[in-house]
Amino acid sequence: MLRGVMRGGAVVLALPFLDYFLDTNGTAIAASLGGGRMPVRFGTWFWGCGMIPGRWNPTKAGSAYDLPAQLAPLKPVQQHVSILSNFAVPLEGQANSPHYSGNIAIRTGSAAEGWQKIAAPTLDVIISDAIGSGSVFRSLDLSPSGNPRTSYSYRNGSSQNAAIPTPLEMYQKIFGTDFHDPNAAAFTPDPHYMVRKSILSGVTDERRKLMQRIGAADRARVDQYFTSVREIEQKLALQLEKPPPAEACRVPAKPQEIAASTDITQREAGHKVMADMLAMALACNQTKVFNMTFSEALAELRSDGSTTGYHQSTHEELTDRTLGYQPTVDKFATQCMGAWADFVTSMAAVKEGDGTLLDNMLVFAHSDVSFAKNHDPNGIPMMTAGRAGGKIKAGIHINGNGDSVTRVGLTLQQVMGVPADAWGAAGSRTNRTLTELLA
Amino acid sequence: MTGDRVNRQIKLKWLVAGLSAAVFAWASVNAAQRGSENTTPAADAAAVTPQLFRLTEAQYRASIADIFGADIRVAGRFEPDLRVDGLLAVGGSTISVTRGGFEQYEAIARTIADQVTDPAHRGTLVGCGPSAVDPDGRACAKTFFERVGLRLYRRPLGPSEIALAMKNWDDARQQLGGDFYVATSAALSGLLSGMEFIFRIENTTADPARPGARTLDAWSRASRISYLLWNSTPDEELLAAAKSGALMTDAGLAAQVDRLMASPRFINGARAFFDDYLRFDDLNTVSKDGTIYPRYRAAVTGDAREQTLRTIVDLLIVKRGDFRDLLTTRQVAMNGMLSPLYKIPVDQKGWAMHEFGPNEPRAGILTQIAFLAGHSHPGRSSATLRGKAIREILMCDPIPAPPANVNFTVVQDVNNPKLLTARARVQAHLDDEECASCHKRMDPMGLALENYDGAGQYRTSENGVPIDATGELDGVKFDGAVQLGQALRNNPKVSACLVETALRYSFGRRLTAMDDGMLARLKTQFSTDGYHVPDLIRAIVLSPTYYAVTPAVKRPRRLAQLAAGAKG
Repeated sequence: MLRGVMRGGAVVLALPFLDYFLDTNGTAIAASLGGGRMPVRFGTWFWGCGMIPGRWNPTKAGSAYDLPAQLAPLKPVQQHVSILSNFAVPLEGQANSPHYSGNIAIRTGSAAEGWQKIAAPTLDVIISDAIGSGSVFRSLDLSPSGNPRTSYSYRNGSSQNAAIPTPLEMYQKIFGTDFHDPNAAAFTPDPHYMVRKSILSGVTDERRKLMQRIGAADRARVDQYFTSVREIEQKLALQLEKPPPAEACRVPAKPQEIAASTDITQREAGHKVMADMLAMALACNQTKVFNMTFSEALAELRSDGSTTGYHQSTHEELTDRTLGYQPTVDKFATQCMGAWADFVTSMAAVKEGDGTLLDNMLVFAHSDVSFAKNHDPNGIPMMTAGRAGGKIKAGIHINGNGDSVTRVGLTLQQVMGVPADAWGAAGSRTNRTLTELLA
Repeated sequence: MTGDRVNRQIKLKWLVAGLSAAVFAWASVNAAQRGSENTTPAADAAAVTPQLFRLTEAQYRASIADIFGADIRVAGRFEPDLRVDGLLAVGGSTISVTRGGFEQYEAIARTIADQVTDPAHRGTLVGCGPSAVDPDGRACAKTFFERVGLRLYRRPLGPSEIALAMKNWDDARQQLGGDFYVATSAALSGLLSGMEFIFRIENTTADPARPGARTLDAWSRASRISYLLWNSTPDEELLAAAKSGALMTDAGLAAQVDRLMASPRFINGARAFFDDYLRFDDLNTVSKDGTIYPRYRAAVTGDAREQTLRTIVDLLIVKRGDFRDLLTTRQVAMNGMLSPLYKIPVDQKGWAMHEFGPNEPRAGILTQIAFLAGHSHPGRSSATLRGKAIREILMCDPIPAPPANVNFTVVQDVNNPKLLTARARVQAHLDDEECASCHKRMDPMGLALENYDGAGQYRTSENGVPIDATGELDGVKFDGAVQLGQALRNNPKVSACLVETALRYSFGRRLTAMDDGMLARLKTQFSTDGYHVPDLIRAIVLSPTYYAVTPAVKRPRRLAQLAAGAKG
């Protein structure tokens, strides 16, 4: 797809639509899986409402960094996690839109006041476009929140990739009737997939005429629709072939449904189930890209019985004069890091090749603000986990010293094979790779 | 209340309303004709007019129920709809379908097609099969696709569409063992997965009333009015009116509009509008702390939504009441799930209308649980969220996001011994100049609702201090929710906002300067005719402007030359 910017608005030329008329069978795509090196998977892990800087930022740079109180839950997985502190979000003269600007800048390379106004796709979509095509799912968008809108993955401002919002739905989507165990001895192609694929590939004269008479905005929407259809066709094509064996793949049991909740302890429980299931989805080659949204930007988390939730507490709780910080906020932020440690543990627990699944992953974790009380977009906490198949270092702390967050986004894309030499809009555009992170 | 009774009541009222609407329609024709001088060629017009509207989940479900029957299960999670400019209806003309979303549509399509062709339904819904004269059932399949295709695509299938359905049927039959119904199911799932079903796609034709201009064609008109008035697909009579060309005439259009509005199904259309207008889809994610609000069980939220919608339908559609009375009515739909929260004894399991007494503290939809609990936190009320909702939803007055570096600590500290009530806490907003510019527009109205906690239950004090629910709106003072409702009822911004929202909803797009004339006329008519919402909707759908294709804004000559690649 060709993209450009004209008078501030994104312009999308409809190449995929033309592509759609071509008949491909996806065989070449399937061949890219297996066959030696393990694929490197990319994912994001998001939590809302940031942290308290003095209780989160390590003081020591490099390896063996210190773990301040809010990072204490990372101790068992510290060797897998790199900390990216003190990077800045260039607002480019725009207002700081609370809980939006920072999150959007980290994910799209340009701050915007709201998701509907973004000018480019989010990082995960760019990376999924580059590497996601050989998998059953181009991407898995997940959240234990119970709300499919809890997702920060966007193709454009009007196209949000909705989250699978519960463990049971996640199981049914990935390991339900369409799942093929890559290690099963026998494989019989199901002709239903062929029929389904053939049906989706049909094009009528009426559609061709429609494309000629609709306006540019509608044309872009139709183009996206056909791109989506095409991706499902490719998925069906993959399901007609025997999947390559995956040594680490163990098909998980169907989980008990855990009711979605805003209570943080219950949220953690649902998240853990989804994290374990995701680890197997990755090990079983179901996807190479994912987004896990633990909590919303305006974190709706709370503790049962309390009148004031996490987000409200960030703004309302008084700083304890003895402690020097907001104790309730501190507790929530620390618990979120506990959930992140759980996630890393789930990925590291799967043996794959000579190492672990996590070694063949690049997980990018971040929040929407640093100090939530004043919606600070600078110093938003960011982390990576995994070694991206040996391409990046793990277990180090990099102090960004106020450099633009776009350096991080650019580096992630480059590590994942996106042919990008620069990233970001206007003044935040950068071509400076974060070389300290590279192995 | 029976459907027939509703039907009779609506018909009777329309005899009265029809005359004024006809006069309005005539005026609109003249206005549109006067404006035709400025219209530009259709190609430009198409560039600025959305022609694709993704069906909302409710519309998809209703369409399937209407075409195949209510017992056909639509199982699966739909891609969320998008709210733009306050309405999901507007979002429908900006969104497409993501890969995850399409996967769901395709899966849902297969489950529907399998049910339509299963032994329990095939006799009625397919209606034919292999026979002596049609041994493989090919002729039957073609007839079926033509018939059901008309309903699904809301227009006759074109030759290549029928050919594709038959090709799919042949392929499936060949590859899946030759069974007629298996093949029919597969090909039907193709029609159901098609963008022509998932989207309502509008087409235009030359406007006979405005030479050189374009207007919606008859099939597109049928869909537009059906999804507006019934929130569902056109029925066979409406499609027949499209086929005959009747919908392209004023009389034929009016006859169908009146038929649709006289049907009990008009209630579905009205409910869909008010559900979108009040942003009730947000209630899907409302949850309350069970420790703090033990009476608020999980099922309450859905019933609260239903309560307000039933109250609205009773007042505005069944009784043809004044829209403004929604803010003061003491009539409310009630059931046994909700009555404990209102602290009133209701024994019956189902719904019944209940009337609050003149001294009871409940009047109008703002004092109902859907609004009160929907605009609160899980464990407490929020004067600001409620005030913001009143401003944005009822007054079309958007509130900007708060400044990024605001310090809320003092204003919201519930543990501060000096700030025991919401009023004391938000007063600090009003003492801060930067905060006050927005909060003075929200908080006074929100504070008038402080007699209701985060679950919508009545209270007279907070933390042992009596609640002060006084305030002022545009010079009108009030004390408590009942008087606030009265002040809003009489505020012209509220009725003007309803008209504006109804027009945006009806068009399914943002309004532009081109719509100013129509909007002004509708506002005037709404107030002079007694604030009847059905009359407003009827005036919109009978206006030729409603079907006119919005022309492009004429580009300056220099810009046009540049665009055409001209030199100099």
